[in-house]
Amino acid sequence: MARYSAFSIFRNALSGQKNWQRAWRAAEPKPSYDVIVIGGGGHGLATAFYLAENHGIRNVVVLEKGYIGGGNVGRNTTVIRSNYLLDGNTQFYEFSMKLWENMSRALNFNVMFSQRGQLVTAHSADQLDSFSHRANIMRLNGIDADILDRDEVRRLVPYLDFSDTARFPIHGAIFQGRAGTARHDAVAWGYARAADGHGVDIIQNCEVTGFLRDGDSIVGVETTKGRIGAGKVGLAVAGHTSVLGAKAGLELPIESHVLQAFVTEPLKPLVDQVVAYGADHFYVSQSDKGGLVFGGNLDGYNSYAQRGNLGVVREVAEAAIALMPCISRVRLLRHWGGVMDMTPDASPIICPTPIGGLYLNGGWCYGGFKATPASGWCFAHTIATGKPHPLIAAYGLDRFRTGHTLDEAGAGPSAWLQ
Amino acid sequence: MLRIECPCCGPRDHDEFRYGGDASVTRPAHDDPDPEAWYRYVYVRTNPAGLHREFWQHVIGCRQWLVVERDTRNHAIASVDLARKLSARKSPARKPPA
Repeated sequence: MARYSAFSIFRNALSGQKNWQRAWRAAEPKPSYDVIVIGGGGHGLATAFYLAENHGIRNVVVLEKGYIGGGNVGRNTTVIRSNYLLDGNTQFYEFSMKLWENMSRALNFNVMFSQRGQLVTAHSADQLDSFSHRANIMRLNGIDADILDRDEVRRLVPYLDFSDTARFPIHGAIFQGRAGTARHDAVAWGYARAADGHGVDIIQNCEVTGFLRDGDSIVGVETTKGRIGAGKVGLAVAGHTSVLGAKAGLELPIESHVLQAFVTEPLKPLVDQVVAYGADHFYVSQSDKGGLVFGGNLDGYNSYAQRGNLGVVREVAEAAIALMPCISRVRLLRHWGGVMDMTPDASPIICPTPIGGLYLNGGWCYGGFKATPASGWCFAHTIATGKPHPLIAAYGLDRFRTGHTLDEAGAGPSAWLQ
Repeated sequence: MLRIECPCCGPRDHDEFRYGGDASVTRPAHDDPDPEAWYRYVYVRTNPAGLHREFWQHVIGCRQWLVVERDTRNHAIASVDLARKLSARKSPARKPPA
């Protein structure tokens, strides 16, 4: 794999930019591999990369039913933060943040990680108290967090509704300066290229249709490109975990729901940070092209359709205008949907499974993008050693049986209300 | 928009309804001591990509709970019925008055 550098750009300029290599090979499946990773999204590709990079396991294949970057890794709103409250989440997402901070260098691929900061507005004294609680927990874990009063918020984001008629007046905010965004396609491409550089095969348009078994253990997969044997199989297909899990014989506490995202026509620079609305479910950032990228609630009923419904468009627009009246006449350019694995506590599941040879990475709800590097790192460790990485000890499948759920929002077990 | 054919009110926009989740799970008997039964009732879902039996309540209408069979891939609705007609835990059938 030729490294990208200022010099390589210069050298290729001399030959008219015609001699760039493909970022990764178009591989054909071999009869068997040490590890099969099902799902060529961010998590699957990161898993394959870290299997090779950290554990020296290079006889690995990533099977993707569509194309690289066509699933949720290319459909999210690209927000990265580590402002989690509960032990297990706090440390995991901060580890992820540290990997983000070095990702472009580690992958030799510019993922355009931009630590522009994220703030969540507080709309009552009580909410600001709860944010202080969160900020203290973050600081005790060595994570940056600041509590801003109303005037400080106003200086930072003067375009929010600070008028006397605001439905939910802004009392303050919690701010994480190291939070930000990254270019999500580049994350998929960067991991794919780096994994390929370690010898990992990436096979697109190859859907897994079933599992090969030897007794109770899984020893490979049936695909639309034939049978492939494997020492171990890792499932990283969030959105469709239940579908493949059922084929493997796993019973899962997961429902699939659709989450929409939106982008407006391009504007001059307006939103310098990631801004989240504390009084409703709405968050916004501005892309490098100028579009406001935002999202809100789930559509709220089980769905495998990668498109959403108009009722939620209206709800999200209402929240947007309540927080930022200045964008009331901005036109929506596009909106799209992605299918989420929703768990009953809105926390992910990464663990070995009761089925021999099968490892599970799913249940990412609407928060999987920011977890991409840590998820891959810890899942690779779990597959390589057969034991959960300490950072994902809280993400076992059995936590629902034993009552050790990580319900960050305290929303209870109805997946569609998380 | 989904359009749900309410048995009482006719075809209505799904925004008038509240979603109630998977209707294929049955609550264990109140005195069931088996934690596994409760685990399965509260958490385990088949989550099919295809026909899904689910509860909807017509909150801005007749307020009846319905069981809707809907394809989760394309939202085509196959059937709608009153939940109480389909309930697995019916109260004992009343004898007709003598």
